[in-house]
Amino acid sequence: MTDAIATVQGLRAYYITNAYGVRRTVKAVDDVSIRIRPNEIFGIAGESGCGKSTLLRVMLGMIEPPLTVLAGTMGYTLDGRNVDVLAMTKAERKWIRWKEVSYIPQGSMHVLNPVRKVHDTFLDFITVHRRAPRSQIDAIIRDYLRELGLPLQVLDSYPHQLSGGMKQRVTIALATILYPKIIFADEPTTALDVVVQRGVIQLLKDIQEREKNTLVVVTHDMGVHANLCDRVAVLYAGQVIEEANTEAIFKDARHPYTQYLIQSLPKMDDKSERVSIPGRPPALDNPPTGCRFHPRCPQAMSICREAMPSLHTVSPDHRVACYLAPGKDND
Amino acid sequence: MTVVRDLFKYSPAFRAGAILLIIMLVVAALSFFSPYAPDDRRVVPMNKPPSLQYILGTTSLGQDVFWLLTFTVRNSLIIAGLAVLIGRTIAVILGSVSGYLGGNADRALSGFADVFIVIPRLPLLILISFIFKGNLTFLQLGLLLGLLDWAWPSKRYRAQLLSLREEEFTQTAVFSGMGTLKVILREHLPFLIPFTLADAVSGFLWAIGMEITLAILGLSDLTTPTIGTMIFWANYYQAMLARKFWWLGAPIVASILIVLGFYLLSASLSEYLDPRTRLKRLSVARE
Amino acid sequence: MNLFKSYILPRLLQWVLVIFVGVTITFIIPRLMPTDPVEQTLQRISSNTTTDPRAIQELKSALEDMYGLQGSPVQQYFAFWSRLARGDMGPSLGAFPTPVTTILRNALPWTVGLLLSSTLISWLLGIFLGTLAGYYHRQVWSQVLDKVLITIYPIPYAILALVLVILFQYYLPIFPMVGGATGQPSLSWDYIQSIFMHSFLPALSLVIISVAFRFIMARVLAITQLSSDHVTYAEAAGLPRRKIIFGYVMANTMLPQITDLALSIGAMFEGALITEVIFSYPGIGYQLYTAIMQADFNLILGVTLFSIVGIATAALLIDLLYPLFDPRVRYR
Repeated sequence: MTDAIATVQGLRAYYITNAYGVRRTVKAVDDVSIRIRPNEIFGIAGESGCGKSTLLRVMLGMIEPPLTVLAGTMGYTLDGRNVDVLAMTKAERKWIRWKEVSYIPQGSMHVLNPVRKVHDTFLDFITVHRRAPRSQIDAIIRDYLRELGLPLQVLDSYPHQLSGGMKQRVTIALATILYPKIIFADEPTTALDVVVQRGVIQLLKDIQEREKNTLVVVTHDMGVHANLCDRVAVLYAGQVIEEANTEAIFKDARHPYTQYLIQSLPKMDDKSERVSIPGRPPALDNPPTGCRFHPRCPQAMSICREAMPSLHTVSPDHRVACYLAPGKDND
Repeated sequence: MTVVRDLFKYSPAFRAGAILLIIMLVVAALSFFSPYAPDDRRVVPMNKPPSLQYILGTTSLGQDVFWLLTFTVRNSLIIAGLAVLIGRTIAVILGSVSGYLGGNADRALSGFADVFIVIPRLPLLILISFIFKGNLTFLQLGLLLGLLDWAWPSKRYRAQLLSLREEEFTQTAVFSGMGTLKVILREHLPFLIPFTLADAVSGFLWAIGMEITLAILGLSDLTTPTIGTMIFWANYYQAMLARKFWWLGAPIVASILIVLGFYLLSASLSEYLDPRTRLKRLSVARE
Repeated sequence: MNLFKSYILPRLLQWVLVIFVGVTITFIIPRLMPTDPVEQTLQRISSNTTTDPRAIQELKSALEDMYGLQGSPVQQYFAFWSRLARGDMGPSLGAFPTPVTTILRNALPWTVGLLLSSTLISWLLGIFLGTLAGYYHRQVWSQVLDKVLITIYPIPYAILALVLVILFQYYLPIFPMVGGATGQPSLSWDYIQSIFMHSFLPALSLVIISVAFRFIMARVLAITQLSSDHVTYAEAAGLPRRKIIFGYVMANTMLPQITDLALSIGAMFEGALITEVIFSYPGIGYQLYTAIMQADFNLILGVTLFSIVGIATAALLIDLLYPLFDPRVRYR
């Protein structure tokens, strides 16, 4: 078993709200286990509402009511130290945040403080973790932007003066300037046009290659996973239903849902009609019994309705949660 | 209406507000059972402090404070109610027309409303009342207040209409013809009713405040008992200096209870309507 | 510069419109009313003495001139505007022949002082406390304070002022109840201290309600800001609390508050008017009250006109300050 830099084990994180007599429990993450290895690009795929944003939040330690962790563990192994995210001390939190673990949020449109110049935002983020004279920090910022190929005028602007793509790149610079070991990217290409998307993906790749850090990309866009990731875990209705390296996922998907996701991707020379998955993703406050995909699965069997299949290994480094895939029960 | 039931059960603010208002309405209703007519003077011994016989004491004019209070609460509520009715009617019409027409007409009407939002209404109110020299009956005062309180609400209703139109068009794609009206009634009413109530309450608050302010300045019809005029007369007869607090205190406390009741109601309604709590309210059965 | 045209110009236009509409309404109202002020005044004057009919005629035309009732309605309208532009609102009828403008000029500093200081205090206190309460909105103190202020906010200014008067006239007679200051105006410590003592209660009355309003608004805005992307991000990055509260939350919640201030300045002014009356504080509100008692039509008219122009201008100034705080308006 290779070392993991981040481990999620049996995580159950629900949103529990109670208002006007209505108690609602949304099972956003329901028994998820993932192991992320150092220096890899790991992808988490799934439709919107499948729980990936929640998983991300827990992994970043941003757990606030109504989000509650009911079971499971989540931890990092950095520099030989183990940190339990669910029980971080204040010192650990300060050490981890941004220096070891950082993140590029979804929809960077509004992530930068609208009343602060970009330069000041950089200063804010850096001075929390690095004590140095101002001129030195300014030099660091300028050098890093140059390294990433970003124009220096960006520093003197306010966020609303920048284009969407530029804002995204600035956010990436902000998230990586302290050279963290793990970077989480949440939908880094959504709401950007295709040309800009390429630039963003390339930027992320360059950074990862150069710094040899770990990148976790959370997106519903399978194209991004194909272009960027080494391994991918597919989430459905709060559970991991398949996990393998990218090639295996795209060439040898075992779970019907994954197969659908791959098929729905447009291909260069394939002019046949794109098939979309019938039905809608289930509401997480009242998920289907048994395998959560069974109402939409064309190959559903009676057992699928009764009991949830567990994640088991079908080939080296390839796990699936489906009764259709043979293999020993493992993990 | 399930909305009211839900609110009453689960929102302490709504409960408190509703209870206060019900108490006040009861007080107002009691006026019909008063043994004294509102204009009666010297029907009871003057300046008596609260006792078992005169629950809230008596005034320098020989009136029973408690029964007088019932009249004042009733009249103040009527004035405010009239003001809200007229003002909101104008606001709904103006706001809806403006939002519906769109384009330059909308811009012109909105600009028109904007102008009236800035103009301070109390000086105008004082000017008008002064010229009428107390010949303003309390019903006319209600009318006048209503004519002055349409600008800001018209913007609110316009915004509502605009957002309703957005939803309506999405719905029209799914339903057709008559269905749209039914959809509007079924989908939008549970929102519109609390919205209108919350908006109406802000009108009540303003109207009551203005009525009291005007009366204290001696500008309204001082023979009609309202909360404001009761305060005026208590001041006139120097209830404060002579330590006859009950005459002055009763309307003050009544006014506080009324505005509090109204405001708690509107605040809890607004919270109920807040999209974030709406999400939480969606019960599982709706899926 | 182009942007300034698109921001400043519409507001200037609105300022002009407000004054135009407001003054026109003020012009029309007395002329629509059943009572004729000239007749009224004539009746009051001649009810005490018998006078020569020719003298009454002269008096009548003098009054008409004073009330601006000479000539056709259109002529009157233009005369009205020219008088207003010249700052001539005629003599006060109660304090004849002192011009209305003089009375207003003497009363204005008191009102402005009261308004400015109470607005400043309630603004600073309300926003500061409200933002903190919003940031810590789950804590008990935040919820308690919120509930307390919610019960204060809807109380009309007049009622609160009365309550304070009762309290401080009887139970805690430490403040003077009448007037703006004692002694002759000077820069002496005694005089300044007396101003403070006299203005404390009226200011307190205004501040209490205004703070309640600002607090509630600031708290709600801060809570909304907390779930905004940039605050969530700053917290994820581990930015220190103080920086987040002031630089990220408050800096953003200030913006709608400034816009709101422009809208609510009118209400605060009205509150100041009635508060002055109840505390016998020698500002414009109190002058208005005496004018009503003495049936001083000119003074009432003067105060009305002044309020309209004053509020419109104050709102404009605040609106013009807004770009200083919001870079999104300053730079396109």
